[in-house]
Amino acid sequence: MSTVDWSRGLTEMTLAFHILFATIGVGVPVLISIAEWLGIYRKDPHYSLMARRWARGFVITVAVGVVTGTCIGLQLNLLWPEFMSLAGNVVGLPLFMETFAFFFEAIFLGIYLYTWNRFKNPFTHWLLTLPIVLGASASALFITTVNSFMNTPQGFTFENGSLVDVDPLAAMFNPAAPSKVAHVLSSAYLTSAFVLAMIAAFSMLKGRKDEYYRKSIRLNMTVGLVLAVLTILIGDMSAQFLAAHQPEKLAAAEWHFETGGRAPLIVGGVLDPDTQQVRGALELPWGLSLLATHNPDGVVIGLNDYPQEDWPPLYVHYLFDAMVTIGFYLLAVPVLFLLLLRSRREGAYNRWMLAAIVAGGPLSLFAIELGWFYAEVGRQPWILRGYMRVSEAATTNPHVGAAFWMFAALYALLGIVCLVVLARLFRNKPAELELEARRIIL
Amino acid sequence: MSIEQLGIGVLWSFLYGYLIVASIDFGAGFYAYYGRLIGQESIIAPVISRYLSPVWEVTNVFLVFFFVGLVGFFPETAHYYGTALLIPGSIALVLLSIRGSFYAFANYGAKKNSFYLFAYGMTGLLIPASLATVFTISEGGFIAVHGARIELLMAELFYSTYSWAVVLLAMSSVLFISSAFLAYYAARARDERALELMRQFALWGGVPTIISSLFVFIALRNHNLEHFERTLNFWWMFGLSLISFLGAAWLIWRRQQYGLAFVLVMLQFAFAFYGYGISHLPYLLYPHLTIYGSVTNPASGRALVAVFVAGFALLVPSLVLLMRLFLFNVRYVKGELS
Repeated sequence: MSTVDWSRGLTEMTLAFHILFATIGVGVPVLISIAEWLGIYRKDPHYSLMARRWARGFVITVAVGVVTGTCIGLQLNLLWPEFMSLAGNVVGLPLFMETFAFFFEAIFLGIYLYTWNRFKNPFTHWLLTLPIVLGASASALFITTVNSFMNTPQGFTFENGSLVDVDPLAAMFNPAAPSKVAHVLSSAYLTSAFVLAMIAAFSMLKGRKDEYYRKSIRLNMTVGLVLAVLTILIGDMSAQFLAAHQPEKLAAAEWHFETGGRAPLIVGGVLDPDTQQVRGALELPWGLSLLATHNPDGVVIGLNDYPQEDWPPLYVHYLFDAMVTIGFYLLAVPVLFLLLLRSRREGAYNRWMLAAIVAGGPLSLFAIELGWFYAEVGRQPWILRGYMRVSEAATTNPHVGAAFWMFAALYALLGIVCLVVLARLFRNKPAELELEARRIIL
Repeated sequence: MSIEQLGIGVLWSFLYGYLIVASIDFGAGFYAYYGRLIGQESIIAPVISRYLSPVWEVTNVFLVFFFVGLVGFFPETAHYYGTALLIPGSIALVLLSIRGSFYAFANYGAKKNSFYLFAYGMTGLLIPASLATVFTISEGGFIAVHGARIELLMAELFYSTYSWAVVLLAMSSVLFISSAFLAYYAARARDERALELMRQFALWGGVPTIISSLFVFIALRNHNLEHFERTLNFWWMFGLSLISFLGAAWLIWRRQQYGLAFVLVMLQFAFAFYGYGISHLPYLLYPHLTIYGSVTNPASGRALVAVFVAGFALLVPSLVLLMRLFLFNVRYVKGELS
């Protein structure tokens, strides 16, 4: 493997590992905040305990998120030094802001964790969740603008191989930013709701019966319903953005080769790359035109308008399809659950429903991976679309392979230990015991 | 003051912040592990854990600020340092990752585990050693430039006296700063036994710090005469550093005013660190890169400074709140509020 391949491999590995923790890091504070507020507002200690238990697990995932975030931050410079020397004075600003936002979050998280009983008015402690939520979401916003900039760079003049006359704000608020930021945020909240519901549903499947678990599932499924709708709407916004500003990325995901209207939406299938024919796919007539332009006659640009060396790899089609499928699954589960809950209260917690909720946890995390792989692989061969190719950006240092294995070992260690610690945390201290210890018997 | 000087001044201040905060953290990890080894864990551990628990996350961020800002202000540093530091940088990252996450695992996980503490203690000494090598490399002579290709001369680095003098200084400084702070913290907690132990560490830690900083000067003279001669222009800063050290050592020796003693330790390192930094300018990397070398981009530079000021206005009150709740709250420090 060449240095470029190793560099790509290491970046993919770090991002794939980091994004799981980053997503939870962005989303879970929102749910902690809601739970703590409900606990105070309804004087329901179940919700207060929920906030406590989630926060306890959360801090462990935050630790892994922090260290892997530091890794990716420095690896940007170690693996892609030519990209950073080209674009450092543009992306430096949002990266700097991201660090500030995270710093802000970290300070208040530190305070939050150690002041449960410090304040007379419980709302004071709840107020501490706001800067945590704000900091976490703001850091997601800033870092996503960097990624957006790599997709639709603007706000500079390209002169003699360097970026001059930089307008840092125009660069940050590039065309890709709104849909990408919205999609990242809503999917992070959605995924976190499903991960938390998964823990409660899993406990119920294991035979735990306390009302605590039901409340947790109800809360997370209600939030999940709203966010699933939102995420799908924003996904639609992203497709329209792609069609307008980055058509080759959408065309690669849809195996759409010839520019034209009434383009069908292709789901699944097998592509013959030579004839550009697709076999065995589900074809929705006009689907792509509707998705991309909200008009069945809308013209969608095809891949053949681009030189073949500028095409993204065509396997992104499957990533895109799988992500969308999971997205609809994550909508169906809360809809079904809430319908069941309305019709017959107890029946909502049957084994199949619980199993479907449990499956939503890993599936939603998997959809995050699929989405990011689509976002990153779909930008290939560019690192800065139209200006610099990935192959021109990589380090010339020949030892990237060694670094790759070093980090692979690190992530394996962190992943395993983190799972063990989390499992022990929740298993050794089930909610019933804590309820009893805190004298909450309802 | 040019935008470049302002930029490097801001970044250097972040690095100074990291030097102090991280040293406390790194040293504390070492002392916690050492305490378990000599069977005095019960004395030191509570003090260390009460201080570290709420602040450990904050430490890393100072370092991230520094390198993110450095590349933002001086993008060409990515070309030189990014390429050359792949392996040492990766090693430091792996150590930092193990340290940060294992602290959380040990602290918030359900079970106490000796291995976590060992990893936490050992990385506390290895990380400063590996990070300090970057200062060594910045003096020049360890990076070969062949056209667009950049190579780090590992053998030269390994056999260089200057390099080892810097490593020694880094490790002893960490232990000294940390023990001076923990002595102050123990004194506030009125924990006599922990205080006495930390006081001993501080007194003994001060001696190698001073000796190794002399080593560094001598080795720098052999390695980079130009820089050495420039440090002489700022002799008064290093003089003030020494005076601060003597003051701190005196107070700790006489068991008086540990708070003031720690402030003096901070001043000692501030004078030395800024003295070193100013005399290093305009070079970011001898002799290839100066702060004026990169293509300057006034708009980005101004935006970065503006964000820095705005961010600082947000962070300082938050940090003050954090410190009032945990550092300067006597009841918390004594362990009555956990």
